[in-house]
Amino acid sequence: MNLSYYPGCTLKTKAKNLEDSALASMSALGVNLVELPRWNCCGTVYSLADDDLVHHLASIRSLIRVKEEGNNKVVTLCSFCYNTLKRANLLMKNDPEKRDTINSFMGEEEDYKGEVDVVHLLEILRDEIGWEGITEKIKLPLQGLKLAPYYGRTLLRPGEIAIDQPESPTILHQLLEALGATVVDFPAATQCCGSYQVVSNPDNVLECAWNILSSAQRRGAEAVVTSCPLCDYNLSQRQEELGQRYSQFRAMPILYFTQLLALSLGLGPEVCRFDLNYVDPRPLLESKKLI
Amino acid sequence: MPISISAKKTRNEFVRRVEEISGQNLHLCYQCGMCSGNCPMFFAMDLLPRQIMHLVQLGLEVEIAKSKTIWLCASCLTCTVRCPRGVDLAKVMEALRLITLRKNIDYVEPSKIPVETLAKLPQIALVSSFRKLTA
Amino acid sequence: MSKKEAKGAAVETAPKVVEKLIPVYAMGRRYEVPEGLTIMKAMEYAGFKYIRGCGCRGGICGACSTVYRKPGDYHLYVGLACQTVVEPDMYLAQIPFYPANRAGYKLEELEPAPEEIFKLYPEVFRCVACNSCTKVCPMDVQVMDVIAAIKRGDIAKAATLSFDCIQCGLCASRCMGELPQYHIAQLARRLYGSKIVPRADHLSEAVEAVSEGKYNKMLQELMGMSIEDLKILYQEREIEPEIAGEDWQPAEKNYL
Repeated sequence: MNLSYYPGCTLKTKAKNLEDSALASMSALGVNLVELPRWNCCGTVYSLADDDLVHHLASIRSLIRVKEEGNNKVVTLCSFCYNTLKRANLLMKNDPEKRDTINSFMGEEEDYKGEVDVVHLLEILRDEIGWEGITEKIKLPLQGLKLAPYYGRTLLRPGEIAIDQPESPTILHQLLEALGATVVDFPAATQCCGSYQVVSNPDNVLECAWNILSSAQRRGAEAVVTSCPLCDYNLSQRQEELGQRYSQFRAMPILYFTQLLALSLGLGPEVCRFDLNYVDPRPLLESKKLI
Repeated sequence: MPISISAKKTRNEFVRRVEEISGQNLHLCYQCGMCSGNCPMFFAMDLLPRQIMHLVQLGLEVEIAKSKTIWLCASCLTCTVRCPRGVDLAKVMEALRLITLRKNIDYVEPSKIPVETLAKLPQIALVSSFRKLTA
Repeated sequence: MSKKEAKGAAVETAPKVVEKLIPVYAMGRRYEVPEGLTIMKAMEYAGFKYIRGCGCRGGICGACSTVYRKPGDYHLYVGLACQTVVEPDMYLAQIPFYPANRAGYKLEELEPAPEEIFKLYPEVFRCVACNSCTKVCPMDVQVMDVIAAIKRGDIAKAATLSFDCIQCGLCASRCMGELPQYHIAQLARRLYGSKIVPRADHLSEAVEAVSEGKYNKMLQELMGMSIEDLKILYQEREIEPEIAGEDWQPAEKNYL
């Protein structure tokens, strides 16, 4: 099965571990993620102003690229991109006046009416391959690994784009269970990591990271699983400082769900690019005899 | 310091502009405080989201401008999805920010970010920060 | 036929030089200029004297970028004044210079990594993909795609896509995010050309041969010759035939 794939800017530089492990594991599951030949940055955030149209253009252009390739579906790995592309897509589907204005402004592009479907990789895993389909192919169950699934906010809010029930989602829980890991539920699983405030008010983001990580740690988690490069950065970057500030804090690796998928499919640790994770997960994985 | 509230203020240009940009009916809010209770950035805010909402309803632009709250918002939309009245508070916050940003006043200055930080940050952080907080 | 009649006939049959004049508007003022001239020549015809905004007159230096409109058409058109032919009722203005942020750097000190570009031009992340830059480029460079490539760290793509850029500055003049696209792209090309593109082996070998003095003796000989001897040497030089095979070799192999 071939699927049109939209990487997003960060995956090509700072989140190569997410991309490499995703492409490898999907290939092992029989899905070929074909990168769009031409795409631009999705814009990361969906403008919340009713009178703002120009900030949607970036996303819409990328969706038009998918349509130009003759595809009606596009998969993203980065949750941030997922949220923005999907919301822009809904705008073009549901608001005729804004749709016409945008199409008219982008005279050099063909008209777009929301013909493409935007999906996140987790949806493909749940809906097209299925958890049993994945469990069947597992070569190395992640036994004994206590993982806390962290959703962040981009996959679940607002409700119209949520890939799962926003208040108590289970999609990431179910994936990790399918991989044979011990899933640790924790109350801060859908709490925001602080997002772009890391640029303007990084100390607030540090506090958010503490709230999320300490909650996971109190429930016995050994590592946190995420799908968003910004969540990864915000949660991992200053763990040393957290350790200095709070004596009870232990460093906690943050892993992408695709890295765990690739590992459990028996593809070996090299393709997972654990060397690129900010907090090295290899000691933990070695202690569980997983690598 | 006494703050004067009047009918003139509650129906002023500022309130109209916030309603126009956010598309929200500000008077739906009945100050239950659900938004403040769920906000992940509450610990850093001088005025909580509920209080900002109240100030907006009263048209008190100056009081809002004194507070840092709207600039600490991370657009996580938790307030939006949990508001029992269906008020999209994230949109109200965005409208409040835009009223200042559209006067060509930045909150974040790209050239003042230390170069080591620029090299380390993932692109999504910089793009989203500049979109939300620069003019 | 008498001489007078012949002259009269010659005058009648000689083609008359007809100058068809068309109106163009330069900076809002109307001028009548001959059809078929380039904008640059038309402006000079109208009496403008170029001391800025004019350079190679050959379509490559980027000094004479011009923005114009046509009657009844809201679109903005661009062209180089030295290459674009005037049209009736063209409504134009020249933009010889547009201020754009130019970061200072020492190329030798930069790593061949996209982060170097992010550090020097953080405003690159303000791009909203409005495409105004691409629409205004007189060289049809896909400027928006160049910036998109840089945002995702693909220096090679940015360098290749921006190859035709003539640094005219029109992109920066229209940019919503206030980016200096042409300076950013130039940095990408400089990083690519000096640090990323693999070096040609035969070039390195040739450079080494020169530094080792392979051609010194030859040069000394030539420099010691008289002008007359040089002339003879030049005229009697062996010239590679126009249709020479891959393995053509000169008869004189001493200097190879």
